[in-house]
Amino acid sequence: MEAFRSFFEEIGRITLFAVRFFREVFRPPFEFRELLYQCFLVGNKSVALVGVTGFIMGLVLTLQTRPTMEDFGAEAYMPSMVAISIVREIGPVVTALICAGKIGSSIGAELGSMKVTEQIDAMEVSGTNPFNYLVVTRVLATTLMVPMLVIFADTIALGGSFLIENMKGQVTWQLYFNKVFQTLTFEDLVPATIKTFFFGFAIGIVGCYKGYTSDKGTAGVGRAANSAVVIASMLLFIIDFMAVVIADIFI
Amino acid sequence: MDTQAEKDQHSSSSADPMISIRNLHKSFGDNNVLRGFNLDLYDGENLVIVGKSGSGKSVLLKCIVRLTFPDQGEITVLGKDVSLLDREELDELRVDVGFLFQGSALYDSMTVRENLQFPVRRHPERIGDQDLEEVIQRTLASVGLEHTVDLMPAELSGGMKRRIALARTLMLQPKIILYDEPTTGLDPITSREIVQLILDIQREYQTAALIITHDLEAARIMANRMIILTEGIDYARGSFQELAQSDDPQIQAFFK
Repeated sequence: MEAFRSFFEEIGRITLFAVRFFREVFRPPFEFRELLYQCFLVGNKSVALVGVTGFIMGLVLTLQTRPTMEDFGAEAYMPSMVAISIVREIGPVVTALICAGKIGSSIGAELGSMKVTEQIDAMEVSGTNPFNYLVVTRVLATTLMVPMLVIFADTIALGGSFLIENMKGQVTWQLYFNKVFQTLTFEDLVPATIKTFFFGFAIGIVGCYKGYTSDKGTAGVGRAANSAVVIASMLLFIIDFMAVVIADIFI
Repeated sequence: MDTQAEKDQHSSSSADPMISIRNLHKSFGDNNVLRGFNLDLYDGENLVIVGKSGSGKSVLLKCIVRLTFPDQGEITVLGKDVSLLDREELDELRVDVGFLFQGSALYDSMTVRENLQFPVRRHPERIGDQDLEEVIQRTLASVGLEHTVDLMPAELSGGMKRRIALARTLMLQPKIILYDEPTTGLDPITSREIVQLILDIQREYQTAALIITHDLEAARIMANRMIILTEGIDYARGSFQELAQSDDPQIQAFFK
């Protein structure tokens, strides 16, 4: 019961932190240079891992599904099935979980370490708003870059799936992607893309919150990095569930 | 224990104190760290505060620049009540008050040049029409570390970090510098170099300095005046010699 209460208290504190983000995001000075640098870091740090994971995701999904589809004589539907699975659900969730592990923990550890070594205080006393410089830029960067990483992972995953289809069923590149784009509709793409912005925001805000409010000491830095991943991962599933319910109602 | 000479010095400056603290209280749970502390820092002076570890010296400095909120009391810096300032006013005030952290607090993901550029990029009015690169070189020269401009903080020794942190503070040309244990963790030779540097900086930049330390040798060299902080109050004031000759056992404990 106590753990349940403290979880919701933590969610409440993260919500207040997010409210502060929305207050500060429109307040000058705007740190465009730092934002671009953070976008580069977020994208650059994760693109290889996301690419490899996406590729294997496409390969495995196709390899494991194909025998069952063959039993039903439905192998012609493989591109459609894989495309919908990847674009609507697997691509966004797996990519976001990777980003929560890689980017969320890194933000939590970096800001936690800056807090412990008084670097955040040093920014504050030099007349710079550290929330604006550190938090706003990182949260915006993850909000903007996670959707791009998801699109990249989806594309690579479809490439991996095509490779198996080509090897097993002699499907051409044109035929495979024709099938993919015939199947994917507005209803598949838009909700799936919108939810990735929320995924990115959740990863950024939780990582920054845990780092920015970490306890003093090196143990606090470790805790910040660890709990940034745990809380962000849980939030991702909650957001995913809410996105599916909302999409189901309205689309 | 204010002496006549001390009073004369202040009256001759005929100026309001640059920092004035009255009846400052700060607690952390049951731990009453500050229990009615008072202080006046005047233009051009080095005021050294000596106290035991955990006596609230660093908390005092953090209250001055509002990194921590006091529970009670009044802090006036350059004529402004710190507790009444909004975010913009506080930022304006903070650029006039440099802060040298005990651990230097250099931004470890930036080079020395970027560390020095950082505050000025957000307050370019502080250097006017001067070329930023020239100001960086000149400031690094004043701390004797021109050759470190492209190094990362991890490549610097403890003493060098302290000097670079001081150079970063000087980039905004503050009127007051707060030093939090400037010689702690340094070897005796480097400590003396830092002490000499602080005196040189004060002469060159005409700053007032509030220095927290428990290094009595450093205090002897730097202090125009001293305050003994014990039991959360400004227990005694005076010059180094006056305090060193005091018969009060509480004061003598610091000089033994």
